[in-house]
Amino acid sequence: MNSISKTLNKRKQLKNNLKVIQEESSFIKAQRMDVPEGLYEKCPNCNRTVNMKSNIENDYICKHCGNHFRMRAIDRIKYIVDEDTFVEKGLGYITLNPLFQDGYEEKIAKYKKETNLDDAYIYGYGLIYGQQCVIGVMDSYFLMGSMGSVVGEKVTRSFEYAIYKKLPIVIFTASGGARMQEGIFSLMQMAKTSAAVAKHSKMGLLYISVLTHPTTGGVTASFATLGDIIIAEPGALIGFAGPRVIEQTIKQKLPEGFQTAEFLEEKGFIDIVVHRKELKRTLAKLLAFHRRPSDGYLG
Amino acid sequence: MDILAKERKVKDLEKQLSELGNSEAVDKIKLEIKRYKEKEMTKLTAWDRVLLARHQLRPTAMDFINYMSPDFIELHGDRLYRDDMSIIGGIGTIDGQVFTIIAQQKGKTLEENLERNFAMPHPEGYRKALRLMKQAEKFGRPIITIIDTPGAYPGIGAEERGQGQAIAMNLLEMSELTVPVISVVIGEGGSGGALALGVANKVLMLENAIYSILSPEGYASIIWKDASLAPKAAEVMKLTAYDLEEFSIIDRIVKEPLGGAHFDKEKTYADTKAAILEEYYKLRRLSPTEIHYQRNNKIRNFGFLQRFNYENLGGIKR
Repeated sequence: MNSISKTLNKRKQLKNNLKVIQEESSFIKAQRMDVPEGLYEKCPNCNRTVNMKSNIENDYICKHCGNHFRMRAIDRIKYIVDEDTFVEKGLGYITLNPLFQDGYEEKIAKYKKETNLDDAYIYGYGLIYGQQCVIGVMDSYFLMGSMGSVVGEKVTRSFEYAIYKKLPIVIFTASGGARMQEGIFSLMQMAKTSAAVAKHSKMGLLYISVLTHPTTGGVTASFATLGDIIIAEPGALIGFAGPRVIEQTIKQKLPEGFQTAEFLEEKGFIDIVVHRKELKRTLAKLLAFHRRPSDGYLG
Repeated sequence: MDILAKERKVKDLEKQLSELGNSEAVDKIKLEIKRYKEKEMTKLTAWDRVLLARHQLRPTAMDFINYMSPDFIELHGDRLYRDDMSIIGGIGTIDGQVFTIIAQQKGKTLEENLERNFAMPHPEGYRKALRLMKQAEKFGRPIITIIDTPGAYPGIGAEERGQGQAIAMNLLEMSELTVPVISVVIGEGGSGGALALGVANKVLMLENAIYSILSPEGYASIIWKDASLAPKAAEVMKLTAYDLEEFSIIDRIVKEPLGGAHFDKEKTYADTKAAILEEYYKLRRLSPTEIHYQRNNKIRNFGFLQRFNYENLGGIKR
């Protein structure tokens, strides 16, 4: 009896969630984040205050030290994809709170409202300087960009969509790792997404992975580090274990610059570190290098 | 009273037993032990199972290998950097069939544990595992992986040599193997460090083993900011074999003797061996393509979510 009523309640909740999504499909109109004129924020790198408005106009780069601020997924798409070409795919996924954790659904609902996203990942079809590709972006403002069932499914679907359309794929990662609240299901998403990369790769298609601040945990240990070409943004924190965990384990302070993009480039795990202002051009070039004769001429 | 306290009581009774010569008293105490075990050790909490999975006396991977495959030959090194002692790999026969066996090995003493790094592998360990799996595939040999690790090692060297990349590569390559892969979780299955050997056609789990996204302590300190709530976390995280079988994350549970595997090791080994062989004989009938398909199909269906069909599934312009 108890389980039946639980299921019914769940259904009711889901219906409500659906309503929220449908209302919010207007989020598509969302423009770059609008902030009031007088809003200031401290740059986490140089500790100087920066005007958020001018910072956004400067593509979220600190004008003092060149620190790359975190970017919302929608902003990232506006920034990277040619205007009016992005078509979002794979909408309407909802996590079912598999472990019946208290407060998890409310948390998700709250983030949905805040970020106007289904979950911490969106993907779709778009052009980068006229080059066709599938673009996926993780949003670190959605529960730290953590990968649960929905993110895992959508990442997998984005690869499947790319296989179906025979397109290259570009994924921007920003994640704290697997989502604790979904327990073992989150862990299994690592296997699922990695297997999807394998299928895409087998088709002879290009996968460019762009690691942005921060990329750690289960995402680093799955699709993020499996790109044919791995790009990183300057100063991004990239690693498997978080710095705090390592410090606790080895009981000593970590060296300066440990686990940054530059550090990993030096160690040989990243192809190039690219400044954000150069990113779109670099991506377009790489996509053009991999264009096959059958793709035809695309401007 | 947790399982360890109960176990101490059983040990006390057994000690009394050895001190006594009188047969009548011996029988009485034996009966008492049996009754006590049946009463107190059949229903275990999740935290009890965590304690058992980490138990000092719990059999390690090498014990299983020695029992199952006495002619096992260990192969070392990843051909790139060094040999990681926390992962052992090699070739051996079980019931006449040659297998590649890869396992995470905990130590029994402190010295051995330091040598084995408490079964927390470095990237080179995963690369060694991958090398041996590729080798197995070349010769069409089935693979058995034995999982028993608190997690991949979080350290400076591990990060420098690409811990994340090594695990990711294992996940990718394991999904593409065309030979049968059977995984057995014998103790702790900790996070990505365990999954990196666990992408298998069939995943078996000992009754008191655990398999989770992180340790209950870690979970408690992240969610409730208090590591001492680990017993509560263990309950919430659904990390026991029975929970995972219900979620179809694992395929089969291997029963353990009352009170944990260390109470009757021989029986545990024998049951595990029988279960592995039974699963293998089922998989043996499939062709390489079917093996590949079966594994990928299984992986593809992991997840707990729902999708709503609404009009604009064709896509939305942003």
